[in-house]
Amino acid sequence: MIGFYVLAIVLIASAVFTISQKSPVYSVVGLLANFLTLAALYVTLNAEFLGVVQVVIYTGAILMLFVFVIALLSSGIGPFTEGPDRLPRILVPALLSVAVAFGFLIFSVLHAPLTPMPEYVADPARATSELGPAGDPNVFGSVGDFGRALFTTQLLPFEVTAFILMVAVIGVVLIAGDAAPQATRGRHVARKPAAQREPIVKASK
Amino acid sequence: MSVDIGDYVGLSAVMLCIGLAGVLLRRNPLIVLMSIELMFNAANLALVAFSREWVNNAGHIFVFLVVTVAAAEVAIGLAIVVSVFRRAQNVDVDEVASMRG
Repeated sequence: MIGFYVLAIVLIASAVFTISQKSPVYSVVGLLANFLTLAALYVTLNAEFLGVVQVVIYTGAILMLFVFVIALLSSGIGPFTEGPDRLPRILVPALLSVAVAFGFLIFSVLHAPLTPMPEYVADPARATSELGPAGDPNVFGSVGDFGRALFTTQLLPFEVTAFILMVAVIGVVLIAGDAAPQATRGRHVARKPAAQREPIVKASK
Repeated sequence: MSVDIGDYVGLSAVMLCIGLAGVLLRRNPLIVLMSIELMFNAANLALVAFSREWVNNAGHIFVFLVVTVAAAEVAIGLAIVVSVFRRAQNVDVDEVASMRG
């Protein structure tokens, strides 16, 4: 209980730290704290496997990608942006939008028919799993429970995931691969007939 | 004073608004992408909380899908940033306007 409030404060503080830093490297550190705190919050919600996924994918893959891009872009070139600052002009409309969104969300949360968590008994018509202490096999949120759902009832989202990753890989290669300047790196030279090619393996005498 | 699902969803709302403020106010594209990550994670927190509310793991699968989409989005977003930087030596979201009509 006190743990939730500590985690909530750390989560909000690290999120504010992330968006308020001048240098993106400090933002990455704030985002790291944010993601680790979020993994802890997932564990308090019985989603232990998602906590592990959060640490592995977000802090292991996505943040490393950010760090590499920061290192790539700012190596010996200097700061990122030196242009006219348009912040004063957009400050009021932006904060107004944020306030409207926040008011709408908080209004929705306050009027949602949510039941308190400790007293809640799973409705057998809707529940897919049994609640149990974190760490037990096959309880709600464990690896077994998640995997059984992923490969039986939720197989289509899993396959869509594979397709999304494939599209991302192709898109990144098309966008960031330096194919445009030197497209013909010897690949489009016509092949010689077999008789004129040099043998790959020299015949030994 | 006990913690219930509403507290988690309220926390998620706060985090989403912080991310929204980051997207709207910052002009470094890397920090804009990080703010988008914050918003993705806020949505994930709400999904996990609702999933716990119903003891139904469909929400967990959806979080998994969102994590995948976030990874793909970050990979492509950073590729675009690198590509723009190569072309213009400047990555300011206010200055990049070559696709404006």
